[in-house]
Amino acid sequence: MVGSILPLELREAVVRRRGKRLLGPVDLTVGAKGFTIVMGPNGSGKTTLMRSLHGLQRLTEGEAVWAAGMEAVRKRQAYVFQQPVMMRRSVRDNLAYPLLLHGTKKAAARMAAEEWAARIDLTEALDRRATQLSGGERQKLALARALIREPELLFLDEPCANLDGRATRDIEALLKVEHERGTRIVMATHDMGQARRLATDIVFLLNGKIHETGPAEPFFAGPATPEAGAFLKGDIV
Amino acid sequence: MSEIWEGMKAAVWLIVTLDPELFDITLRSLQVTVTAVVIASAIGLPLGALLAIQRFRYRRATIAVLNALMGLPPVVVGLIVYLMLSRSGPFGVFGLLFTPTAMIIAQVIIITPLIASIAHQAIRDLWAEYHDLMISMNTTKGQRIRTLLWDGRRALMTASLAGFGRAIGEVGAIMIVGGNIDNATRVLTTAIALETGKGDFGLALGLGFVLIGLAIFVNLTIHWVGRTESEGRW
Repeated sequence: MVGSILPLELREAVVRRRGKRLLGPVDLTVGAKGFTIVMGPNGSGKTTLMRSLHGLQRLTEGEAVWAAGMEAVRKRQAYVFQQPVMMRRSVRDNLAYPLLLHGTKKAAARMAAEEWAARIDLTEALDRRATQLSGGERQKLALARALIREPELLFLDEPCANLDGRATRDIEALLKVEHERGTRIVMATHDMGQARRLATDIVFLLNGKIHETGPAEPFFAGPATPEAGAFLKGDIV
Repeated sequence: MSEIWEGMKAAVWLIVTLDPELFDITLRSLQVTVTAVVIASAIGLPLGALLAIQRFRYRRATIAVLNALMGLPPVVVGLIVYLMLSRSGPFGVFGLLFTPTAMIIAQVIIITPLIASIAHQAIRDLWAEYHDLMISMNTTKGQRIRTLLWDGRRALMTASLAGFGRAIGEVGAIMIVGGNIDNATRVLTTAIALETGKGDFGLALGLGFVLIGLAIFVNLTIHWVGRTESEGRW
């Protein structure tokens, strides 16, 4: 039995760039279960927080404490970027890439790639170049590429920004299935409807600090702070 | 004008009659240049990729030196290689002077910085695109270099072709280290220099046209094989 890499604790985390504080100080625990939505207006620090949790952003102060060693942590989490990075390869090779990196045999990796392509309706596009896909297809491919190694923890940075309703629905459906299968998901969004549909708990950020955090239902029913209330109403905060 | 006309006639005649000397010289040119390009690419492409992804103290200075070495004077390279390979030189014991191997060594020294520098620029742009993804996927340095070299292969082909272009037309260094010996180290460029010196402009021009045709043929073949431009931009 392999132990969990969660919970992840961010303690007194601060990120500064060129003297400007982008995040923190922040204390946050990502438990073993749930679908956390990180919300907040543009520039509130959502991406910096997500990157700090994932380990892409070095903390200026504070620490990120995991329940397992860093080798396991690096292997068992994945990140989907707001602008999906399409490798200059076919859809098939994009999907197989993470598996091949970690020693999966070529035939098995190709088979897994085909299975995932079927799940995201890209079977017809398997041999097309990934850079030729539409925005929605690219984001689905990026999500499938992140999920193909069955990560325990998945970060998504506004995966549905700039996507139409149909593509958003497809991605949300995939995320719900993965969440039900036990994948821990942390996702940044400023789409209120999406947050209501998916979240089990909320982290509300404002000016680089966590303004409010807790279960999603009470947050949406009656936020504790006037700023969160204004944000939910769609006011400029 | 008549000399150019004579040259063209000589070129056509040499090709049509399958002139054995011309084919010998052309094959040797190709052998020396292609070997040099393969070796220089094997060194220069990973070096360019490494410089794109690796941060170290004197990185900028190293890149500046590499760029400066693109303009390395072939005659000086030829002279240094000559001194190294001559009997009294440190590698004289191998007896490589005035052999195709010496010519390959000189060409590798001349074109490796060119290939590495162009590769570095191409890989640097790709690395900017892939950086977060590669870090996020917990890739090793070796995996990053291999991925960048593979995914950037079309741009890197241009780097190798630039090396080929420089090497096939090079004369100064290979004249010094090869000696332009008939049936041994004579290649198209050194043969052109020799025929010009003898005043046989017709043959010199004929060889020149063959050289240009060869360079164009190799470039077109590689573009065709690599399907560059036929599938749009990646």
